[in-house]
Amino acid sequence: MEEKKIKNRVKMREQEARERARNFIEVPYGYTPEEASEEASRCLNCLKPTCRSGCPVEVDIPSFIQLIKEGKFTEAAWKIKEKNALPAVCGRVCPQEIQCESMCILGKKGDPVAIGNLERFVSDYEASQGKIQMPEKPAPTGRKIAIIGSGPGGLTCAADLIRSGHDVTLFEALHKPGGVLVYGIPEFRLPKAIVEREVEYIKKLGVEVKVNAVIGKLFTLDELLSDYGYDACFIATGAGLPVFMGIPGENLNGVYSSNEFLTRANLMKAYLFPEYDTPIKRGKKVAVFGGGNVAMDSARVALRLGAEKVYLVYRRSEAEMPARKAEIHHAHEEGIEFMLLTAPLKFLDDGKGNVNSVECIKMELGEPDASGRRKPAPIKGSQFTLEIDVAIPAIGTRSNPLLTKTMPDLNLNKRGYIVADHETGMTTKPGVFAGGDIVTGSATVILAMGAGKKAARGINDYLKWKFWDTGGITQ
Amino acid sequence: MFRISRKMELSDAVLLFEIEAHDIARKAKAGNFFVLRINEQGERIPLTIADFNKENGTITAVFQKMGKTTHQLAELGEGDSIHDVIGPLGMHSHIENFGKVICVGGGVGIAPVYPIARALKEAGNTVLSVIGARTKNLIFWEEKMREVSDDLIIVTDDGSQGRKAVVTVPVDELLSEDKSIQRVIAIGPAIMMKFVCVTTEKHQVKTIVSLNSIMVDGTGMCGACRVEVGGETKFACVDGPEFDGHQVDFNLLMARQRMYGEEEKAAFERYKITLEVK
Repeated sequence: MEEKKIKNRVKMREQEARERARNFIEVPYGYTPEEASEEASRCLNCLKPTCRSGCPVEVDIPSFIQLIKEGKFTEAAWKIKEKNALPAVCGRVCPQEIQCESMCILGKKGDPVAIGNLERFVSDYEASQGKIQMPEKPAPTGRKIAIIGSGPGGLTCAADLIRSGHDVTLFEALHKPGGVLVYGIPEFRLPKAIVEREVEYIKKLGVEVKVNAVIGKLFTLDELLSDYGYDACFIATGAGLPVFMGIPGENLNGVYSSNEFLTRANLMKAYLFPEYDTPIKRGKKVAVFGGGNVAMDSARVALRLGAEKVYLVYRRSEAEMPARKAEIHHAHEEGIEFMLLTAPLKFLDDGKGNVNSVECIKMELGEPDASGRRKPAPIKGSQFTLEIDVAIPAIGTRSNPLLTKTMPDLNLNKRGYIVADHETGMTTKPGVFAGGDIVTGSATVILAMGAGKKAARGINDYLKWKFWDTGGITQ
Repeated sequence: MFRISRKMELSDAVLLFEIEAHDIARKAKAGNFFVLRINEQGERIPLTIADFNKENGTITAVFQKMGKTTHQLAELGEGDSIHDVIGPLGMHSHIENFGKVICVGGGVGIAPVYPIARALKEAGNTVLSVIGARTKNLIFWEEKMREVSDDLIIVTDDGSQGRKAVVTVPVDELLSEDKSIQRVIAIGPAIMMKFVCVTTEKHQVKTIVSLNSIMVDGTGMCGACRVEVGGETKFACVDGPEFDGHQVDFNLLMARQRMYGEEEKAAFERYKITLEVK
């Protein structure tokens, strides 16, 4: 019994696959207090906890798990919030399996402690008790910081800087704060009420959130720094533009970028049309192209919109998919049909401008390429046609130049991402910091949060010493 | 929230709102657009900034009642507020002294062409304007257009005001008579812009059109507004909305504008029922 307990984690109960594939309700139910206590009791309380070093936002993992063991659930939530203002978000969407949990000593013999599940539990528990504790207000410094973009990076940076006593304004281009947490990640993975709750917390800390503010258009960054009295700013605008595949027929009706498809469904709530005004094509046969988390999200949204068949078309094999294993597993369970080693060649139309099929070709894996993954090559003569009415390329994003093109004094790399120091967020323009996807290209929520945290520290140092060293920044 | 400070009916189906949006008014230029969302359930729709007043901090929106959102918008009155107003978006018009230009506005397209005509006039151009609509009741801003034009031609499909013609007829005549015309700016329904471009191409006069594709975010993030210009995919929201009309694939634009025809119809029918219940 003891042996088994050490080996196996407490599974989180979830909605049955066939049922959840037709609704937008969150898939896992979360732990009960009993389940959380049992899972927490698996933690060995290592003398030298390695899990902490696996957390990009430096959460004191052993301490919060200890508090759960003692039944102090709200205190556990507060412990996390000392470092992480978005615990309910992170508990749901962080890839813990490659971060904190990958460092857990229990992982050597069995399942690592379910740190993510526990984080999710305590933050939900705190909210359910209505006892949201606010940290003490620091002495005001009189310094003003502008943060551009209210995604995970911007929110984290804002929360850290407000707790240093600065005035913080968070500018968001869309009508709702949260960035990818509201427009990208679907309701059934991250309920929007959860995001709202965590954004509310950050507002209560004193951060001013300005929505509908497209920086670069409404104000330039220079105006914020010179005319509006901001002492520094942090650019966290994310990876903006959708990438298309560059094949014929991609502009036919029914072909959506994953950004558009998910934005319509998530931010605009098109799945509730006509109660909500934004429409979305509810395809009967949908093909999603790509193998990342965004591809999984798009496929699972399409399914929930009522598709009879959803194909996930990927040019490599499942082993090379960049998506989280858990997401791939969920997609399989729900009945997404994986078409592996397959690439699209062109979209065909019905004569009225709507996509009605896609011509594909079979691929085989050759030698490893620069990414270390085996490079796919087409198999001659293996073309076939797949009947579809909605197609969603989900093959990545590129940098959005909307803001950066108004800043000629900011260095960008070849792909248009901002050149910034990974430790401090410093760019080549004094007073301007940057982090997250607009620096690294598409990555994860937690890495953007880590960048936000580092930038907050970088900004604090800069305000103290007014020292700007761009020597270390490489292209 | 953005307050509507003035509401006017310009014609049977066309309304004007002045909206208090200080920061946007400060930055707006001819050719920019903005996105609005009426309320929490609303969709995001793009509208051209038809005018702006930096002192009063207002922007002017002119829109035609077409589907649910525009009808719902038309129900709002002075003092009411719009939940979200985002802008100024898109590239502004390229204004310089070209010499002699033609500005063409069709239907509700008269509104966005007005600030461009004004800016071109201020830049020293000789501005010849052509405005047209199906019928008299849909023509508006005749006086405003006359003020910024050296000559103004009005056409209607049914001849109820001005000449009985479509806009391409006077455009063709002007270009045939006067070889010194350097540029044409045409804004209106896609089909009108398409045929203006067919006409001007014959005369080899550069023609700028403003494309009203379906948009969501308006900042380049979603790609809903993609259009083909010179065989390349462009995003109307950030690369445009103005493009070289001779390079634009108008058939694709029109097909994409019809993408949600069924949904739009269903939403509008549903809206009409809710209005009757009230």
